[in-house]
Order: sequence, then structure tokens, then C-alpha cells
Amino acid sequence: MISKPEKTNIFLKRISDEMYKIGIGSLPIVAITALFIGAVTTVQTAYQLVSGLISKSVIGTIVSDSTMLELGPTITCLVLSGKVGAHIASEIGNMRISEQIDALDVMGINAPAYLALPKIIAGIIMIPLLNFIAITLSIYGGYMAGELSGILTHQEFVSGARETFKGFTLVFSTIKAFTFAFIITSVSSYQGYYTSGGALGVGESSTRAVVFSSVLVLFFDYLLAEILL
Amino acid sequence: MIELKQVNKSFEGRQVLHDINAVFYSGKNNLIIGASGGGKSVMMKCMVGLERPDTGMIEFDGRNLLALEDQALRDVRREIGMLFQGTALFDSLTVEQNVAFPLEMFSKMNASERRDRVNFCLKRVNLENVNNKYPSEISGGMKKRVGIARAIALDIKYLFCDEPNSGLDPITSRLIDELINEITHEYGITNVINSHDMKTVFDIGDHIIFLYKGQKWWEGNREDLKHAQTQIKELDQFIKASYFE
Repeated sequence: MISKPEKTNIFLKRISDEMYKIGIGSLPIVAITALFIGAVTTVQTAYQLVSGLISKSVIGTIVSDSTMLELGPTITCLVLSGKVGAHIASEIGNMRISEQIDALDVMGINAPAYLALPKIIAGIIMIPLLNFIAITLSIYGGYMAGELSGILTHQEFVSGARETFKGFTLVFSTIKAFTFAFIITSVSSYQGYYTSGGALGVGESSTRAVVFSSVLVLFFDYLLAEILL
Repeated sequence: MIELKQVNKSFEGRQVLHDINAVFYSGKNNLIIGASGGGKSVMMKCMVGLERPDTGMIEFDGRNLLALEDQALRDVRREIGMLFQGTALFDSLTVEQNVAFPLEMFSKMNASERRDRVNFCLKRVNLENVNNKYPSEISGGMKKRVGIARAIALDIKYLFCDEPNSGLDPITSRLIDELINEITHEYGITNVINSHDMKTVFDIGDHIIFLYKGQKWWEGNREDLKHAQTQIKELDQFIKASYFE
């Protein structure tokens, strides 16, 4: 389905355009989601941590570890499967129903390579970067919520976060982000490419893209945890 | 010249094209006419490679499209331009970028040469000062002209026009017909037009093929058409119905 692109310079330009759309375009929603997820995790962990025998620094540990292991990559990618996935499927789907893909085919251009491949490559570059940003902001959000509400001090949060930090946690998080990025962009491109039936079809393929990529993200989330942890 | 030999195509058991044998001549407007659902669009899609016939041969100056290797097929496709019914302009690109698109993909021109070629093509279709507009910002007739400019940007040998007048007012329709006619004769292109606009047929139809229920029912030139109308009931019905559309 996907073969060598016709012209390398056009291909690279398309990748950089897609990187901008996927990366910069998704930054606000990823940042907002991450900040609040971190803040809520701190507040809820503190709420459940009723025993006076457990140090409050545990909250920092839980927030940072759960953010890196799960909340960062998985929540970010579920949000992105909605934002990026729907966008990709509707963009390609609209090109399908308005004969723009037929025009590429008639010109002898490999349409999947021209349309889908730059999005997939851009996704697997930018989504892991967004994951790093989400992790940073989520931990910061957790720290700010703890500090502002007086749940725990700066020292307690930081020492808790540092205490159990393992480099592999971050590696695992990045592997997840790469995998999810490929799922979101490829599933959405596929759904868009095989759109049929006019405007209604575009809506249906966008919905399918979001649903299928979200379910696959959750499935691979479990699978990767089973295999790698 | 394009030649179809015993082309058959069916979808889910329903035969859409029956043993089509047809020749489309260089430097002529070859029109495929017939009612909706008669097989015109499928026939054109088979000819440009968007559909694959079940059996038969489609030869572009002796090269059988269905038997070519990938590279040879791509070479033939680069000699093909197509004006789509809905124009199929890339809506994320400006008019200039749309026309430049095939040049960027397939030519070795530098940016300045590409710009000159784009301006030449846009001028040839009587469009100026629209280079930086997006397809959504121009009229239907202008979109058709941009579609023609994009189709002729590379030195094409074959031009396919799918319902070039659809959605246009009568005056703009005639302008598009004139333009297609001029370009066809000027560049000696093998032009294949799908149409059910009888004004187009009588104005520019050099060679006409009438499809009826997926079969070639009649072929000839526009002078023969009026005579044939009196002889062939289905053709007569189609022509009369076209005037009342």
C-alpha cells in the first residue's frame, strides 16, 4: 500500500507540515489535560491516604510514577486519538469523496504514500515529544495543586518524586507513546482513505477512527505492560 | 489514440460494460454520451486506471494499460490529464500551487520555470490574478478552468473530461467547451469527454460514442448524429430527453 515517495523534498516538506499540525496544533489540549490530570491525581491521592503512618512524600511518588507509566502516554494519546485521529480521517475522507485522491491516482502518484506516510512519520516523532511535555506538566500540575492547597510541601513532593524514579519508567512511557502514535495515525489514515458515501461517510469514518484507535490504544497499553513490566 | 478492445466490467455480478470496442482519436474531441447509469463514468474510470476491467485491453498508442509494469504505467499516467466533474482541486493549496502540483511532482523545473509555466497555463485558460486564491474562493467556472490548467501543466497527450459542464450556467458551459476544443486541437491531444449536454455534443463533438445500458449502441460524428437519431430509437429518446433536462 505504501511505497517510496515520488520526490524526497516534497515528502520532507509534508512531514514538517504534519509535524506542525500534530505537534503544535495539539499542544494546548495536551497541556491543559496534563496539568489538570496531575492536579487531580495529587488531590485524590491525598484524599485516599488517610493513614498518618505513611509519609506525604508518597503522594509525589504516586503522582510522578503514575504520570510516567500511565497517565502521560495513555491519557495524552486517548485525547490525541480524538483530536488528531478525527482530523486525519476527516481530511483524507474529504479528499476521497471530493475525488482529490482519484486525481492523485490519475497523475500516477501513490496516494497512500503521499497522504498517509507523512502523517504517520510526523505522528511517531511528535506524539512522544508531546508525551514528554504532558509528563512534565502533569507532574508540575500535581506539585502546584499540592503546594497551593497545602496538602504537602515542595520538599515532600520533590523527594517523593525522586525517591523511586527509575529510568526505565521513562523508556517504557516513550515506547508506549511511539506505539500509540503509530496506531492513531495509521488507523485514522486507513479509515479516511476508505471513506465512501459523501459527507455522512466522512463523519462515520472519523467516528470509526476515534473509536478503533482508542480501543487499540487501551489494548496495547495492557499488552505492553504485560510484556515489558 | 486510445483503443478499447472487448472491455467488460461488472460490479457484484452486475455487468456495467459489455464487450466495448472503441477508438478515441488524437487531436479530436471524442465524446461518450448516454444516460446516467449507462456506463460512461465506469468506462472513463477504466481508461484512466481508476477501475480495472474484468477482461479486455485498453491501449494508449499501442501500450496496453492493463499489462504494463509499474514504471511504464506511471509513465503513461504522466501523459494523462483529467478534468473531474467536481474539479478535484486540492483545497489546501492555492490556485497556483494546484497548477504547479504535477510540475513539482514530475518535472525537473526550478521554481522560476514552474512559476512561468503555471502563469502560462492559467493565462491559456483565461485566468489571471487568481494565483493566490484558494479553490473555495473562486467560482465553479473558474475552478473548471483551474482544473484544465492543472491537467495541461505537464505536456499531456491524453485529456479526460468528466461532465465538464455540470453545475455551470449555459454561458460558462460554452466557454469551457470552447476552451477544451481549442486546447484539444492546438496541442493535438486525444480528448475523451463524458457528457450528456447535447449542446456540447453538437458544438465540439468530433467523434461520438453513444452508450446504452453498458453497450456501445452507436458511433459517428456530429453530422451523422441527426440522421442516426431518426434511425435509432434509444438515441432519439436520449437526445430529446437531454433538451428537456
